[in-house]
Amino acid sequence: MTINGPVGTSPNRVGGRDRVTGAQQYVADIHLVDELHAKLVKIDVSRARIISIDTTKAEQVSGVRLILTPDDLPRPMPRFGPQYADRPVLAVGTVNYHGEPVAAVAAETKEAAEEAAALVEVEYEALPGVFSIDAALDSDAPLVQDPSVRPGETFADSNIKTEFNFGWGDIAAVEGEADCVIEREYEFPMITHFAIEPHAFIATLDGDELSVWSTIQHPFQLQKTLAKLLDIPLSKLRIFAPDPGGGFGGKQHPKLEPLVCYMALKAGRPVRLVMSLEETFQAVRRPSTRVRVRLGLSLDGTLVFSDIETNYLIGAYVDIADRVASKSSYVAAGPYKVPVVKIIGRTILSNTTPTTAFRGFGVPQITWARESTLDEAALELGIDRLDIRRRNLAGRGDEFVPGDTPADGDWIQTVERAAELVGWRTPMPEGRGRGIALGLKSGPTTGLSYSTVRLLADGSALVISGTSDMGQGARTVFAQIVAQEMGISIDRVNVLMGDTAIVPYDQQTSASRSTVLMGTSIHRACKDIHAKVRTMASRLYGVAENLIEVDGGTVRIAGEDHPIVEVVQESMAPLGGEVIGNGEMRKDKEPDHPLAGSAAFFEFNCTAIEAEVDPETGEIEIIKHITVGDVGTALNPQQVQGQDDGAAIMGLGHTLMEVLILDDEGRTRNLGAIDYRIPTSKDLPIALISESIENHDGPGPYGVKGVSEGSLLCTAPAVGSAVRDATGLIIRDLPLTPQRVWEAMKEQA
Amino acid sequence: MSTTVHIEAIVNGREHALDVAANHTLLDVIRDQLGLTGTKECCVVGECGACTVVVDGTPMNSCLMLAVEIDGRNVTSVEGLATDGRLDALQQGFLDLSAPQCGFCIPGQLMSAHALLQDNPDPTIDDVHEALGGNLCRCAGYLQITEAVLAAAKAGKE
Repeated sequence: MTINGPVGTSPNRVGGRDRVTGAQQYVADIHLVDELHAKLVKIDVSRARIISIDTTKAEQVSGVRLILTPDDLPRPMPRFGPQYADRPVLAVGTVNYHGEPVAAVAAETKEAAEEAAALVEVEYEALPGVFSIDAALDSDAPLVQDPSVRPGETFADSNIKTEFNFGWGDIAAVEGEADCVIEREYEFPMITHFAIEPHAFIATLDGDELSVWSTIQHPFQLQKTLAKLLDIPLSKLRIFAPDPGGGFGGKQHPKLEPLVCYMALKAGRPVRLVMSLEETFQAVRRPSTRVRVRLGLSLDGTLVFSDIETNYLIGAYVDIADRVASKSSYVAAGPYKVPVVKIIGRTILSNTTPTTAFRGFGVPQITWARESTLDEAALELGIDRLDIRRRNLAGRGDEFVPGDTPADGDWIQTVERAAELVGWRTPMPEGRGRGIALGLKSGPTTGLSYSTVRLLADGSALVISGTSDMGQGARTVFAQIVAQEMGISIDRVNVLMGDTAIVPYDQQTSASRSTVLMGTSIHRACKDIHAKVRTMASRLYGVAENLIEVDGGTVRIAGEDHPIVEVVQESMAPLGGEVIGNGEMRKDKEPDHPLAGSAAFFEFNCTAIEAEVDPETGEIEIIKHITVGDVGTALNPQQVQGQDDGAAIMGLGHTLMEVLILDDEGRTRNLGAIDYRIPTSKDLPIALISESIENHDGPGPYGVKGVSEGSLLCTAPAVGSAVRDATGLIIRDLPLTPQRVWEAMKEQA
Repeated sequence: MSTTVHIEAIVNGREHALDVAANHTLLDVIRDQLGLTGTKECCVVGECGACTVVVDGTPMNSCLMLAVEIDGRNVTSVEGLATDGRLDALQQGFLDLSAPQCGFCIPGQLMSAHALLQDNPDPTIDDVHEALGGNLCRCAGYLQITEAVLAAAKAGKE
C-alpha cells in the first residue's frame, strides 16, 4: 500500500511551536482573577483514627479565607472512583494511607496557605496498617476497608478486593504430558509515574456554571464524576483540560478535583491547587506485584500448560486497579499458543497510595515474571531462548486466547528483526550477555469517540476532538488525517481539544487508543464531508451525484479531478459557510466476554538487550537496546519512534533504578526527585534502536494499530535475561540496582 | 508580611525594576511576578531542571536561587530565545526533530542547551548528555533532544 500526502510523513508536531517558545499553557500557568491558593493538610502517618481537627491557629494566618474539614462536607461523606465509589473527598474518621488529605486551606497567597496548613492541628491515634501482600493477607490483618462499604462482595471480610479467574482447559488433565515443570515467583516493586508536570486543578463557579481546569487525561470522566457528586447538569459543568505535561496513566481519573470544587463553592471564589511533586507521588503509583508462574513444557520447549497467579498490592482505595489486574492477567500467558491455561488474578488492598493505570496497565509486571520463567525453562531444557519463543509464538489468525481477537500480526517478523538487530548468536566480547523477551498487551476493549471536522470557506479545517494530547502527538496525527482527506496542507488544519463545552464526547485517552479509535472517528467525519461535497459538486456542475466520486482531497467528475477546496470555495462564494462532518467510533461492550470486550488490536513488542555487568560495582551497562513493535502503519514515523524510544527508556527506569521505599510504618521515604531516580540523559543505552514492522494490518485508518506502550512491556525480562547470560545470576526482584546485583554476585561467589 | 527588596535586572533583554519578596525564589518571581510561565515548576529542589534559566551565561535552577540574587544581572528564560517571533536554531532543531513530546521539560532543556552552545559551540554527544544531565524528561525524548542540540550546533556554524 502506498500512502501519499501527509499521512506516513513526519510534519512538525502540532503544538510543537508553543512547546519550544514557552507559550504552551499547562494548568498551573492559568490564573483566574480573584483566585485563592489551596494547600492540603496531611499527617505523617499511614493509618490513624482522627480524633479532632483544630483550625484555630490556622485561621489566624493573614490571608486565610477557608479551611475545609470533613465537617464542611455533605454527610455521608461524598465518595467517588472509576470502579467503586470508595474514595472520600477528604479522609473521614480514619486516614487510610500516607498522605491522604484530612483538610485543606485556601488563602490569598501560596505562602499563607502553606503556613496555615502547617498550623492545622490534627489529633490522631495511629493504628496498625498493612503495607505488603503478606501482611495484608495475614489472618489477623486489620481490614483496610470496612466490610460495610463493600456490601455483597465475596472477600469483604478480608483485604482481598477481587479475584479474577481466567483460562481454558484442565491443567490436571495435561500435567502428566509435561516433561518439565518449572515454577518461579517474581516481584515487581511499587513505582510512581513522575510526570514532570505535577497534578494541578482550578475550579470556579460563574453564575450556575461550574468550570474546572485539570491536568486530567479523561475530561469527560471527570465531568461525569463531578456532575454526580455535585448534582450539576453536564451542560453546566465545563471541564478545561489543557494538554497535560505527561500523564502515563497517572492522570486518567479524578483525584483532588472534587475537593477543589467543594472549596470553590464554599469560598465563593476560584480556588487553585497546584500539587507539589511529593504530593503527586502520594496521589498515584503503579501496583507492586508478585507473580507466580508455573509452566509445563515438552523436551523440545513446546508449552503444555501455563499456570499463573498474579497478586497486585493496590492502595487503600481502588481507583482503576481492579481493571488493571483483570485486563493484564487476562493475557498473562502472553503471545503464545498454550493448550491449557489457568490464571488467577488478585487485587489486595493495603494502607498505601491508591494505585492506578500506569503505561502498560499491569502488563510489565506480569511480563517480567512470565518471560523470565520461560528463560529459566529454556535454561533447564538446554534450548536457545530465542528458539523457545519462536516455537510457541502465535501465528497470524491463531486464537491464542480462545474467544478473544485472534493474533493480528505476523509477529515472528518482529521477533526475527529484533534478534537480527541485536546480533543474536553472533560473538560478543567477554563479560557481555544478551537477552530477548516478548511483550503483548490488549488494546482498548470498549470505546466511544465522537469528533467534528469543519471545512471552512477558505479551505482550511478545524478538528474538534476530546482526546488529550499528553505528548503522544494526537493533535498531529489528527491534523495529518484531515489534511490527507481534504487535500490541504497540514498548516491549514487546527485542532481543538480540552474543553467539554466545545468538543463532543470521547470516552478516554488511554490504552494507545487515540490514533485507532479517535483517528477512525475523525476519518469518518472526513467521509461525512466527502458526501456533502459530492452534493455540492452535483449542484455546482449540474452533474448527477452518482457520477461524482470524492476521495482523499479530490472530487472526480467524468474523469476530471477537482480539488475539494476548489469545489467548496466556488460553492460558498455567495454566502460563505462551511462543511461540517461528524464522526463516531463505537466499540461496544460484549457482555459475554470476560473483560466485557475483545481487544481492538494487540500491542506486540520484542525487546533485545546486550549488556555488561561491572564485576566491581554491580552496575549494568546497556550496550544495545533493541525494540521492535508491530504497529500496522507508522502514521507519523518520527512520533512513533519518539513513543518507542521513550517507553523503552521508561522501561529501563523500572528495570534498573525505580522503587518507592516504605518504612516499617508504611510511610513513603523517598518522596520527590532527590531520592527517587528516573532515567536521565546520562543513563541511556550506548545504542538504542527502535524499529517498526508495518504490514498495514491494523483496525485504524490506513491500517494503524496503537503504539506508545509496547516498548516498555518487556524491558525488564530482556535486561534480566542479558544479566543472567553475562553473569549466571538469576535475580527475581526489581529494580536491578548496582547494590542488588553486587549482593547477588557476592552470594554467587 | 515578608520584607521586599528592590532589584534591577535585565530579563530577556529588557530592564526590569522590581520589588521582590526577600524569601521568593527567582522561579516565583519569573512565573508569578513577571508572568513568564514558560519556566516550569516541578521538584523545587534543584533536581529536575524544569525551571532552568540562564543567569549571566550560566544555567541555573531558578527554584534554588533567591530573586534578590539577580540584582544587576542578566537573566534569559525560554521566552527570550526567539527574536521577533523567529525561532532560534535550538528551538527550530527541537521542533524539526520532534524533541518535545508533552513539552513540560522542554523550556528547561532548551535553556541548558542554550548555555552549553554559548560556551561550547561544537559539543560532542557526551557534552550534550552531560550539560543536559540535570534536565529530566519523563517522556524520555532524550535521543531526539540530543539530536536537536547537535543539529542546532551545526546550524550555528553554517
